[in-house]
Amino acid sequence: MNFRVAPLLLAWLLCLFVPAHALTPEEAGKIAAGDSDERITALNAAVTAGDPALVPFVRALLDDEVKTAGGKAYIVKDGKAVEAATGAAATLPADAEDVVNNNRMRRELDAAVAALGLVSTDRAARAKAIADLKDQADEGKLPLIEKAEKAETDAVLKAQLALLRAAVLISSDDAAKRIAAAKALSGSSEPATRSLLLERLNAESDPAVKAAIQAALDSVQSQLAWGEKLGVLFTGASLGSILLLVALGLAITYGLMGVINMAHGELMMIGAYATYVVQNLFKAHLPGAFDWYIVVAIPVAFFTSALVGAVLERSVIRWLYGRPLETLLATWGISLVLMQAVRTMFGAQNVGVENPSWMSGGVQVLPNLVLPYNRIAILVFAALVLIGMALLISRTRLGLFVRGVTQNRRMASCVGVNTARVDMYAFSLGAGIAGLAGCALSQVGNVGPDLGQGYIVDSFMVVVLGGVGQLAGTVYAALGLGILNKLLEGWAGAVLAKIMVLVFIVVFIQKRPQGLFAVKGRSAEA
Amino acid sequence: MKTPDLPMSVVLEQKRGLLLGPKGWSAVLAAVLVIAVLVPVLNLVVPDGHALHLSDYAVTLTGKIICYAICALAMDLIWGYTGILSLGHGLFFALGGYGMGMYLMRQIGTDGNYKSELPDFMVFLNWQALPWHWALSDLFIAQALLIVLVPGALAFVFGWFAFRSRIKGVYFSIITTAMTFAAMLLFFRNETGFGGNNGFTDFKRILGVPIATGQMRVLLFVISGLVLVAFYLMARAIVNSKYGRVLQAIRDAETRVMFTGYSPLAYKLSIWTLSAVMCAVAGALYVPQVGIINPSEMSPAASIEIAIWTAVGGRATLIGPIVGAFFVNGAKSWFTVAFPEFWLYFLGALFIAVTLFLPNGIIGLLRRPGGIAGLFRRATEKRT
Repeated sequence: MNFRVAPLLLAWLLCLFVPAHALTPEEAGKIAAGDSDERITALNAAVTAGDPALVPFVRALLDDEVKTAGGKAYIVKDGKAVEAATGAAATLPADAEDVVNNNRMRRELDAAVAALGLVSTDRAARAKAIADLKDQADEGKLPLIEKAEKAETDAVLKAQLALLRAAVLISSDDAAKRIAAAKALSGSSEPATRSLLLERLNAESDPAVKAAIQAALDSVQSQLAWGEKLGVLFTGASLGSILLLVALGLAITYGLMGVINMAHGELMMIGAYATYVVQNLFKAHLPGAFDWYIVVAIPVAFFTSALVGAVLERSVIRWLYGRPLETLLATWGISLVLMQAVRTMFGAQNVGVENPSWMSGGVQVLPNLVLPYNRIAILVFAALVLIGMALLISRTRLGLFVRGVTQNRRMASCVGVNTARVDMYAFSLGAGIAGLAGCALSQVGNVGPDLGQGYIVDSFMVVVLGGVGQLAGTVYAALGLGILNKLLEGWAGAVLAKIMVLVFIVVFIQKRPQGLFAVKGRSAEA
Repeated sequence: MKTPDLPMSVVLEQKRGLLLGPKGWSAVLAAVLVIAVLVPVLNLVVPDGHALHLSDYAVTLTGKIICYAICALAMDLIWGYTGILSLGHGLFFALGGYGMGMYLMRQIGTDGNYKSELPDFMVFLNWQALPWHWALSDLFIAQALLIVLVPGALAFVFGWFAFRSRIKGVYFSIITTAMTFAAMLLFFRNETGFGGNNGFTDFKRILGVPIATGQMRVLLFVISGLVLVAFYLMARAIVNSKYGRVLQAIRDAETRVMFTGYSPLAYKLSIWTLSAVMCAVAGALYVPQVGIINPSEMSPAASIEIAIWTAVGGRATLIGPIVGAFFVNGAKSWFTVAFPEFWLYFLGALFIAVTLFLPNGIIGLLRRPGGIAGLFRRATEKRT
């Protein structure tokens, strides 16, 4: 026996015991042959009856396996024909014709399969049917939806069915039904409902219905607004965490040591390229452990950048302490050399750094809010780096020396601190953190020789806004700027938002030239 | 009046009456003659192929570098003499260039690709009329005024806020970077009405005269050169005046200047605005010679390069920035042809070397006791 026919037979047997409307050969024939409109009417009538036996028949129709002859439909599979309605074996009449389905008919058939899923006994199948019907429900499916809603026992699915019914009814011809549907829809928090309501609002001519739709739309908007607000907050915090990572290194080199390091962005770029190299090594030699290459890449990025930083400090920057403007120009020169060196080594094109598989995808919090895992990972990473650095500065001997040297270099030297070495360590630490930032950036953006250039202005803004010599200021400034930027972006577009933020910072510095958290002092030069 | 003995290691020279000595004036005269007579003759009269013929490429290149030299001179006034490092001068240069570019775009008339009265990029964006800020773009005089006034006003407002709250040093450098960066983003937008990232190009004529002829090229070169000489003399007059002395005092010890009863605000603001206007004029002269202006001129990198021309030539000398602009840009046009790979290495090394080893630039090297020879002599003396 043909495997397709088995459920049909089963259904037919069930029909014997369940007093439900069964598909008659005449109905099957009407669905298969004739004018498209008549066929759809017949199909909808059969779907409303909710006979599960219809499913294999509709599937066969979709697979072009149905032939008609003399008002009867036959399913022909592997040269054997069965009567569509009953599933009984039959001989195909000689004058049988192929059933041809146009696109409209196919859409209706698809919808019919979905609608029939509503009466399935399997909860997952019903949930899938509701999701499928969201886009293709029309008034023809209404009786079935209502029937399914009545029969539904699961509260979640029942609510979804009610929304589905309302979505169908809102384009009904009866104004009262439309108003009722609009009221029902106001409980939804789906982005799709909003677009449906907006579409109907434009098409609606009856003022009473229009008002009801508008009210429903406002209600849906306010529910969606939560998700959107949280989304903006999250992307803002995510941008803020990136800015924080970028600015933390600067907070040491500029904030604590007073060195303007224009090559900071290039140290980040080196960290990103170190990640790229580690990724390639894993791909070539340890493809099985590829998901964990990032664990190796983090320390490699840190130490590579720290090493480059140490070399820079020993060879160039230590001659320029106390001459910030000269340092600015010299480090700009360094950044040009580093960029060109990377171009020579890796080429001028961007290179591809793949996320580990556990970082792709995201967690769905609200219908219109998905938090990507790689953004969450960077948020956590930034927090860890921040905590680590705060501990290093406040709890360790090196941190004590760094604070001592920055507060009073001569005094620190007098009590036996090797200030030159502390300078080197502190600068390397800042460079290493830049490397960590580069490693993090490689997971969310492009890695190329120009990677650092895009962040250098932003990161200096963070440090300037936060105030020099304070980690807390850097944290607040980074998160604040990130969230402010994203808020304005939603309102004015990306470029204008960026310009507004820059103008805001310039104005802010007029008011508080020392940043958010100024170190109080008595110097006239401060 | 007797000049009191200054307790500083550098005794300020005070010159009255003539701005320069006889040698200085002869050099200026020679420069004017070279610019206004020798170059036009060598380019236009001496036939092509003759050993002394000056190629069109050389004229355009030199004209371009002269514009850069004006920028470097402006930077020297604000950085070398007043101690304020601006990393936003590229913005003023570009604004001047855009001002001239707007006029040149209108001069294209209906000869553009779309044969429309509007500039091509507006037709492309499907705009029906000129936006408001293009209202005066047809009048050369009005546009010439805007070239000076817009950057001047921007510099004045920005400087007023910055200097009033006593932002200085690195902070000032960083917020000027932010300023030019923000402007670059703004000009990259098509909606701003300045041609987006393509900027302006394809100029046809200026004041009704075709722009791509040899005579026009030489004329623009001569004007740029004479403007540079005039600005040099003006800068010389400024730094030798009492006003210039106060500027240098602000550079060396601003707090002390305040405690002796001067308010630095007016001094800083005026020299800052003047410097911005000089850059804008340079930009306006630059655009018709080079034939293109786009927002990349506003990138922070372009502004930092102006600072390096000044530093290479020698800060706080007026001839230094001009020498520096010619040296760096000459090297650039040679390197980008001969060794394009190595240009950035060279430029980067130049930045590092000048800050580490040549704090007074090339001019400082030449002016050492005994010149370059003296440097070597002293080095050998030290060793023995």
